[in-house]
Amino acid sequence: MAQAPEPPLKRTPLYDMHVRLGARMVPFAGYAMPVQFPHGIIKEHLHTRAAAGLFDVSHMGQIAIRPRSGRLADAARALEALVPADILGLAAGRQRYALFTNSTGGILDDLMVANLGDHLRLVVNAACKAADEAELRTHLADDCIIDPLSDHALVALQGPGAEAALAAFVPEIRTMRFMDIRTLRLSGGASVVSRSGYTGEDGFEISIKGDFAATFCAALLRDAAVLPAGLGARDSLRLEAGLSLYGSDLDPATTPVEAALEWSIAKARRRGGQRAGGFPGEEVILGQIELGAPRRRVGIKPEGRAPVRGGAPLFGRDDDAVPIGTVTSGGFGVSLGAPIAMGYVSAGQATPGNRLFTELRGRRQAVQICELPFVPLRYKRS
Amino acid sequence: MLKFTTDHEWLRLDGEVATVGITNFAQDKLGDLVFVELPGVGTKLQKGAPAATVESVKAASDVYAPVSGEVIEVNAKVGADPALVNSAPTGEGWLFKMKISDTSELGALLDEEAYNATIK
Repeated sequence: MAQAPEPPLKRTPLYDMHVRLGARMVPFAGYAMPVQFPHGIIKEHLHTRAAAGLFDVSHMGQIAIRPRSGRLADAARALEALVPADILGLAAGRQRYALFTNSTGGILDDLMVANLGDHLRLVVNAACKAADEAELRTHLADDCIIDPLSDHALVALQGPGAEAALAAFVPEIRTMRFMDIRTLRLSGGASVVSRSGYTGEDGFEISIKGDFAATFCAALLRDAAVLPAGLGARDSLRLEAGLSLYGSDLDPATTPVEAALEWSIAKARRRGGQRAGGFPGEEVILGQIELGAPRRRVGIKPEGRAPVRGGAPLFGRDDDAVPIGTVTSGGFGVSLGAPIAMGYVSAGQATPGNRLFTELRGRRQAVQICELPFVPLRYKRS
Repeated sequence: MLKFTTDHEWLRLDGEVATVGITNFAQDKLGDLVFVELPGVGTKLQKGAPAATVESVKAASDVYAPVSGEVIEVNAKVGADPALVNSAPTGEGWLFKMKISDTSELGALLDEEAYNATIK
């Protein structure tokens, strides 16, 4: 029997620009995406922490949720049925990290939710966006119009030089704090800009109509401080920042407490709160907030120079046969010049300084549990 | 004169001693290297056996022995500075030297023209 051909890879509005800049394109979540540009991952990573890196993240899902009643509180209340976050209390012009949960308390996706005054705006992971949209339609369609903004690009400008680079276009962004979000005019089109990102650095995420995206990015890249950066650097940056990657560090069998993300579960949604529970998996999750979870996400520092990758087992002693945990993300901390990783261990073992062992090419290698993040976070909170 | 394998290793012969590394094509494909694991001196390798590991930011890759022999020297410089393999893959970025045990295996290696044809 002949195999059905693979569907062709989707392209973001910046595809032509990436190719023209000499990017190495790879398939990612059904899209052709740049994994690196000619400078290479190390330069892109270091440049982002020193100046400004520009990342195309248009493959991610951008979804507007509009209340049929015209009252935003109705949309917020409706969304709270799917996330353990405080959406009703999210002020206009603010964005918040949230989790879609399932009935066993596991994580279906991690996302950003923003209040844009007359609607909510979600940014979800590319691999989950179809499923997330379906869940939203199933649960919210009575009260809300679900509008996937499929004609919008999304770019992330990250680094200590991001503010100056973007202010050259829109000076008012200087007044934005971390997790502020605004509608602004860029390259002749309306765009939504948040002060947020996935690198641990100060920076902005810019949603702009696809038609304007290439022009805007070309203009940004004319600034010598801004270099294009790909998914390779995006991953090494977020790992250093201790940020989870859905599909690696988070999955439907992992709860928010295990993932050390209980901070995203607002007091209002916890036992005793004004709107306690009311989201999938509330029994498991609220129970774990009070009593703890059996395992926990931790930082891992291999003692040698060899990177330890996702999937590697973790043992309590170098001659133990039964693992007590797993590495879920691993690679090279470019800014640190050393290998770093994240993974899960039993709660009793999750103490910084605890020495464990992994297995690399058939040999046991020592690692140490450590705090996250690996580098200082430089968000502009005030 | 360099000889090549289809797995993107090169070999430079000097009497019975072969210096081995990865090709420019390989280092470019791998991207920035962050770690190199070399065999121990004295290790006996069969042709085609995994001899070393090179790791980029994203993934690990095996380097195979192009011929059978015994490892007599490894390049300490690339252990300390894996980026040398990217910048000088056929020069300063060499990986290890072996004393060849079976010179008839050399015939199976590709010359430069044949190797370049495989990477077109």
